[in-house]
Amino acid sequence: MSIMIYIAVMAGTTYLIRAIPFGFFRKKITSKFLRNFLYYIPYAVLSAMTIPAIFYSTGNMTTAIVGTITAVILAYCNMPLIVVALSATLTAFLTGLFL
Amino acid sequence: MRKNDFLKGMSHGIPIALGYLSVSFGFGITAVKAGLSVWEASLISLTNLTSAGQAAGVDVIASNGTLFEMILVQLTINIRYALMALSLSQRLHTSFTLPKRLLASYGITDEIFGVCAGQESPLKPLYMYGMIFIATLGWVMGTFLGAYAGELLPASVTSALGIVLYGMFLAIIIPPARKERSILFVVAVSAILSIFCKYIFPSLSGGFTVIICAVISAILAATFFPREDEA
Repeated sequence: MSIMIYIAVMAGTTYLIRAIPFGFFRKKITSKFLRNFLYYIPYAVLSAMTIPAIFYSTGNMTTAIVGTITAVILAYCNMPLIVVALSATLTAFLTGLFL
Repeated sequence: MRKNDFLKGMSHGIPIALGYLSVSFGFGITAVKAGLSVWEASLISLTNLTSAGQAAGVDVIASNGTLFEMILVQLTINIRYALMALSLSQRLHTSFTLPKRLLASYGITDEIFGVCAGQESPLKPLYMYGMIFIATLGWVMGTFLGAYAGELLPASVTSALGIVLYGMFLAIIIPPARKERSILFVVAVSAILSIFCKYIFPSLSGGFTVIICAVISAILAATFFPREDEA
């Protein structure tokens, strides 16, 4: 089968998953429970995506843990996203040099 | 003022773009190894803008799977975007008309969602466009470079870059978790469930794991920590 057909089907499916709820859901949700649920979802999603995956993200648990600790400390101090993200990378990289 | 929104979106999108650059670099390498051309790999990144879904999609293509399988795989892995889209739809500025919504929905990814959800004021179209523009640029460029240049970067650099996006996620969830106990609760429960899934049910796909953990912990938080609506 043509790769272009695969790509079109893949892209179409992915787009509709995003566009249907985002485009056509116009009402404000009145259910208080549902509003609370949707408020908490982002934090829940990001947390589940990060832990424990972050510990495997560099291919070496030691460098990943050093990077994670760096990120946690800087994030706790309310540093900007880019500073936290790049400092985690830099410390993971530097740790890797000494292993 | 309007131009400012676009620039603000772009600046908030820079860490996302940098993270994407490194992650999609890896995707480019994988796609070419699976038999795709540099252009096909880049086209997939431009039209899909999602990491796990693309990796799984390339697997389907490489194994000559059916289109039905392709649709099912994308639905399973990417259905979390529907939840995110629904969540964001509640916080849009009134200037977000239907065509603008349909345009911006293209760019709802985990990271863009995360940053947008962290904004206090209602989301404006130009703000989202700016963020999506720079993030897509990083995603497609990284794919192209990875597919084209393969393994030019030393392994020590590419492996360290694997942590970029996760570092950014921590920067998004930790400050509010520090301020609000309810968010600390949801973050902790979700993380514990995720660890549990990873080691007790290792065959569960990453996409499914995230959906299960997030839904359970958000239901618990909504039950035990109901918030008074400010809006």
